Amino acid sequence: MSHGNMNLTLKIWRQKSDKEKGKLVTYPVQDISPDMSFLEMFDVLNEQLITKGEEPIAFDHDCREGICGMCSMFINGRPHGPKRGVTTCQLHMRSFKNGDTIVVEPWRAAAFPVIKDLTVDRSAFDRIISKGGFISVNTGNAQDANNIPIPKTDADAAFNAAACIGCGACVATCKNSSAMLFVSAKISQLALLPQGKVEATARVKNMVAQMDEEGFGNCTNTGACEIECPKGISLENIARMNREFYVANIKS
Amino acid sequence: MSKLDSKIPEGALEQKWEKYKSSVALVNPANKRSLEVLVVGSGLAGASAAATLAEMGYKVKCFCFQDSARRAHSIAAQGGINAAKNYQNDGDSTYRLFYDTIKGGDYRAREANVYRLASVSANIIDQCVASGVPLAREYGGMLSNRSFGGTQVQRTFYAAGQTGQQLLLGAYSGLQRQVGLGTVEMMSRHEMLDIVNIDGKCRGIIARDLISGKLERHFGHAVLLCTGGYGNVFYLSTNAMGSNVTAAWKAHKKGAFFGNPCFTQIHPTCIPVSGDHQSKLTLMSESLRNDGRIWVPKKQGDTRKANEIPEEERDYYLERRYPAFGNLVPRDVASRAAKERCDAGYGVGTSKMAVYLDFKSAIARYGHTKAVTQGIHNPTAEQLKDFGKQVVEEKYGNLFEMYEQITGENPYQLPMRIYPAVHYTMGGLWVDYNLMTTVPGLYALGEANFSDHGANRLGASALMQGLADGYFVIPYTIGAYLSKEISTKAISTDHEAFVKAEKDAQAIIDRLFAIKGTKSVDHFHKKLGKIMWDKCGMARNEKGLKEAIAEIRALRDEFWKDVRVLGSPNELNPELEKAGRVADFLELGELMCIDALNRSESCGGHFREESQTEEGEALRKDDEFAYVAAWENKGDNNYEIHKEELKFEVIKISQRSYK
Repeated sequence: MSHGNMNLTLKIWRQKSDKEKGKLVTYPVQDISPDMSFLEMFDVLNEQLITKGEEPIAFDHDCREGICGMCSMFINGRPHGPKRGVTTCQLHMRSFKNGDTIVVEPWRAAAFPVIKDLTVDRSAFDRIISKGGFISVNTGNAQDANNIPIPKTDADAAFNAAACIGCGACVATCKNSSAMLFVSAKISQLALLPQGKVEATARVKNMVAQMDEEGFGNCTNTGACEIECPKGISLENIARMNREFYVANIKS
Repeated sequence: MSKLDSKIPEGALEQKWEKYKSSVALVNPANKRSLEVLVVGSGLAGASAAATLAEMGYKVKCFCFQDSARRAHSIAAQGGINAAKNYQNDGDSTYRLFYDTIKGGDYRAREANVYRLASVSANIIDQCVASGVPLAREYGGMLSNRSFGGTQVQRTFYAAGQTGQQLLLGAYSGLQRQVGLGTVEMMSRHEMLDIVNIDGKCRGIIARDLISGKLERHFGHAVLLCTGGYGNVFYLSTNAMGSNVTAAWKAHKKGAFFGNPCFTQIHPTCIPVSGDHQSKLTLMSESLRNDGRIWVPKKQGDTRKANEIPEEERDYYLERRYPAFGNLVPRDVASRAAKERCDAGYGVGTSKMAVYLDFKSAIARYGHTKAVTQGIHNPTAEQLKDFGKQVVEEKYGNLFEMYEQITGENPYQLPMRIYPAVHYTMGGLWVDYNLMTTVPGLYALGEANFSDHGANRLGASALMQGLADGYFVIPYTIGAYLSKEISTKAISTDHEAFVKAEKDAQAIIDRLFAIKGTKSVDHFHKKLGKIMWDKCGMARNEKGLKEAIAEIRALRDEFWKDVRVLGSPNELNPELEKAGRVADFLELGELMCIDALNRSESCGGHFREESQTEEGEALRKDDEFAYVAAWENKGDNNYEIHKEELKFEVIKISQRSYK
């Protein structure tokens, strides 16, 4: 069994609710094991706070294996922390050094209002999906799954886009708080598949319109989203979405 | 006995479902518009049911405790989904999938339900592909398959190691489409705290808005619980942190019988526990057993590194004990075999509670194949390794990455260390053929019900069952009930039953805050988990189970005297959420032990040490225990057993063998 050997200083954003102002509060933590995940380190801190009678820190998390997309901490100025290709729950304390000071904030974006502490409201993403991130096929409509062969390269590319976990790191890291990477990943996935082509025109127009309405910013191609995406969603998707968008507008 | 009517249709097994579908009562489109259905949970079962019922015209509300329906824990399923498509031309059929599932479940599931599951399995794949799920394909453009445990055909469809994610996002997109159309009202960050029964029928739920803390009353002509399993009763499991039994348990306390609560699946290949700080366990997909070979050193207490142990000093114990299925034996068998080796002192790693899962032979084999296809006839050892690594990476890349992130070791170079962990619960709310619980109007779908997997679930069958229930079963079976409800007007939520249920839910919250004790919720949860794992885990015996029952009772008393819940009820309060869930686990845990104690046979994942063959295999007692144990809650933690006898009319029941 591992023993903790790291002492750290945490500066964590505390905010009672969306109506109140928040601030960074400093908490020392001792005896942290490098084998702990970042969230397990938070568990230790919360346990300490409860013992002291202080209210524990609210943060979103669920699967703790990097796939549900619920965890969402902005750590030392980077979404999901310093390591590339991982979510906060899969970030381990071995990525930090004894004595480090770590600043933890919520996702910052106008379209993601803070609910409490490190918890934000990402329901804007759901609303965008509900405008076109689907194929309109009712249960029972489907033909045999092998009736339409799909080239492996297309299927693989669609899968790579579909691997998006909807965490919002792309928005959090973007200086414009743009949701282009998220939206383009869904548009790409469906644009690459023959089943998705039928509704392609309406899809891109409706989803982009909703994205704008939610208050996400524009894309200025800085590429931070691709760097910070824990699932490696590629900027190519944004290019593909732009093409789809132009074509859709020309068609109408 | 008299209280349980499984409502299995008459007729030959193969025709039951077809006949049922053509004779079940229908609800006309105009009436559907005035019938309201509440769906609790948005995983594969919940999302597919909510979307499909809305497509049909019902008014639907769907609830989930996460911030979005897309985060339900189905998303974490890795390996695949079974379907009897026989695309591989390897002799698969509906009957074989049915047979494998009944046998895999150690003859403790209902024939009629399992046959229906197998027969709709192919439709699920069609539906998913049509809705844009990018399942893995071969170069010819056709869907790809792989093998899973307990079968000798390749019928598992997959999307790398993220099949659950892709299927859930497919179901979620269908759900969001209905949300956009206004036919489903999605209530995220809502947790169900109770059901509301009126005149003997379930008519709604009490839910807590997790942001405002406000309790809400929701009416429905029918309520569907799609709330997953209760593996988190063990504290450490592969479940998500929020996965809980509360919805099912509250329904149980209001009349829904709980079926086979002790049937728990311990998955053989998980990353071992690394320390006391651990909050959850991570699965390494069963699909890895297609290519990984499981072994321990032949010498007890061998301290050499894996790579230093020569081939002839390794014990590939699954291949040795089960030559016909080898590394692909069912999960219960593989888990017990790992425990047996570790208990006997052959375990590896610092804790000695782990075995190796090794990809060396697969990397070599794939390396050769790839070298040949590339036209390289004298590849160097380095080239072979590189080629092999490339193929393995394509198949399991994300799993290997995940393993490395968690353990800090590179599984391409060193074998993975794995150990069994709690993963899935076959037990759940008792349901009839219609998926209705013993409370009229209340249904349970997916992992939340007990029905299809018997005493052990085969790999890649959970996704199949969740989507089968949601897409293809409930849309028909709910008609049998709702067709009789067309003249029932929406009941006002001011009805006294709603008022009382809300008051009761509020009372529990108030009581939790009033304790003002000294110990955190996690403190109690960890203690409960340890009792369950030690005494109601991979091996159980009478003495241990009796001790566990006493210990759980004592712990429950302590919880209600000494738990500390801070903050207030009228805000986002994760500690309060946890406290309510752990309070329910503290009751469920006792019932699981009672059920395990009652079932003094071994079957599937339920291994009673008193009942084993000379070779240490699970020994069933069919003349005594060929039944489903459905427990009725009599209040104050008293339970009465009801037995549903299992009749095997098609399959010849026999001792399970994978040798």
